[in-house]
Amino acid sequence: MEKIEKTDMIEKKDKFTIGNLDLYYGDFHALKGINLNIRPNEITAFIGPSGCGKSTLLKSLNRMNDLVEGCRITGQVLLDGEDIYGDMNVNLLRKRVGMVFQKPNPFPMSIYDNIAFGPRTHGITNKAKLDEIVENSLRSAAIWDELKDRLKKSALGLSGGQQQRLCIARALAVEPEVILMDEPTSALDPISTSKIEDLAVELKDRYTIIMVTHNMQQAARISDKTAFFLLGEMVEFGETDQIFSVPKDTRTENYITGRFG
Amino acid sequence: MRKDFLSRLLRFLVWAAAIITMSLLILLVGYILINGIPHLKASLFDLNYTSDNVSMLPSIINTVLMTIISLLIAAPIGICSAIYLVEYAKRGNKLVEVVRITAETLSGIPSIVYGLFGAIFFVTVLGWGLSLLSGAFTMAIMILPLIMRTTEEALKSVPDSYREGSFGLGAGRLRTIFRVVLPSAVPGILSGVILAIGRVVGETAALMFTAGTVAKLPKSILSSTRTLSVHMYTLANEGLHVDEAYATAVVLLVIVILINGLSSLVAKRLGKGE
Repeated sequence: MEKIEKTDMIEKKDKFTIGNLDLYYGDFHALKGINLNIRPNEITAFIGPSGCGKSTLLKSLNRMNDLVEGCRITGQVLLDGEDIYGDMNVNLLRKRVGMVFQKPNPFPMSIYDNIAFGPRTHGITNKAKLDEIVENSLRSAAIWDELKDRLKKSALGLSGGQQQRLCIARALAVEPEVILMDEPTSALDPISTSKIEDLAVELKDRYTIIMVTHNMQQAARISDKTAFFLLGEMVEFGETDQIFSVPKDTRTENYITGRFG
Repeated sequence: MRKDFLSRLLRFLVWAAAIITMSLLILLVGYILINGIPHLKASLFDLNYTSDNVSMLPSIINTVLMTIISLLIAAPIGICSAIYLVEYAKRGNKLVEVVRITAETLSGIPSIVYGLFGAIFFVTVLGWGLSLLSGAFTMAIMILPLIMRTTEEALKSVPDSYREGSFGLGAGRLRTIFRVVLPSAVPGILSGVILAIGRVVGETAALMFTAGTVAKLPKSILSSTRTLSVHMYTLANEGLHVDEAYATAVVLLVIVILINGLSSLVAKRLGKGE
């Protein structure tokens, strides 16, 4: 995938193209006419008050909403020009678009098996190859040195911050193109949070990152683009610097200056 | 003053209730042990049962066989139906409600009813006669709802975040269930299975009508067999070997206590998440 992007360097295409996306949970209209293009190798932050639909939008990018009963979607989501709600195999979609969740959710198995779960799912059984993937993924998630001596230990014994970096490593192990992060630091202490933020910035050279966050400083610190959501609508989308310095919409301004939310 | 008296009276009553419960248990166990232990003889563990030496070893072996066969039938069906209910069926699905109500009703039916059903269906209609097989199928039907319900609860208690994590990596439903959900649910499932074993070991009525009372090692799966509980019932009922019945009760008691202990040990050990 990286190779393709390099040859495409001159005309860098949008990773995700979201067109007229509406989403309903039963009768509730959770997302209203979202239009959004997400560039590759950038961090895009989704901000907005609770219940504004930012997590819902994130989850519709790898079809995790399929698991929610009564969820209905109209409109289009294109990944590299392919309609993800069309013929695309949902398991392959989720291999290409990985996800890190709000609460660290390592499986109750060893650290090694956690990382190897994804590659094994996609058919890799060679031990040497798996060893290599585990090491590379943990290195990419900047946690190899901490964990290399305890790969056979249960992942549940790690601290919250370590668990979350393990989950990032686990997502990296299936070689995704995009990583969706749903408030990845909301359950973590400040030091772990800053490690995850540094990691996200490091990873954007190789991956496209979309991050939902409640923390506006976080969005301002690490994202390239920011989208502000309110009551299911996307109010404003633009360069993070511009959104946080000269927002075009008064609602954005009110939110980022802390007048509500 | 009155209030003080009332609260002291209440305290006495609850204390007395606790003492009564405990002493009943001690009395019962003590009575069986005192009457049974002196009659525990090596000859009671002979491989051959005769009307002179009412050995219980064949019955112990029969109990094990009965338990294994009925579990082999009931556990896969119970666990799979629980997987369907929790992992596949949509919420508010009519079938789920029906299955659940059926299971609950089944678990409330007295065992003698299972016995009569088994006697009519397996023994007579299918022509299996009084046999290990008829008994095992009857037991399987009896423990099926128990295994299904405990497995269902165990699966429900697996956090959804595990499922999300697995789906998020591109794993399908089958892989998610067998590699992530089921391993986490094993302690709960196991304690259900152990409870089911306890039911089979303790059953008499339903087995007398389906497996019969032949106290010998079965020649085949269609031989009539006598489990330990039935053995004890028969000895006590015939009135010729009451002492041996007490000795059998001791062995049965020990087995049941062991199973219960094992069950809570397994639940505790595995429930902590390794």
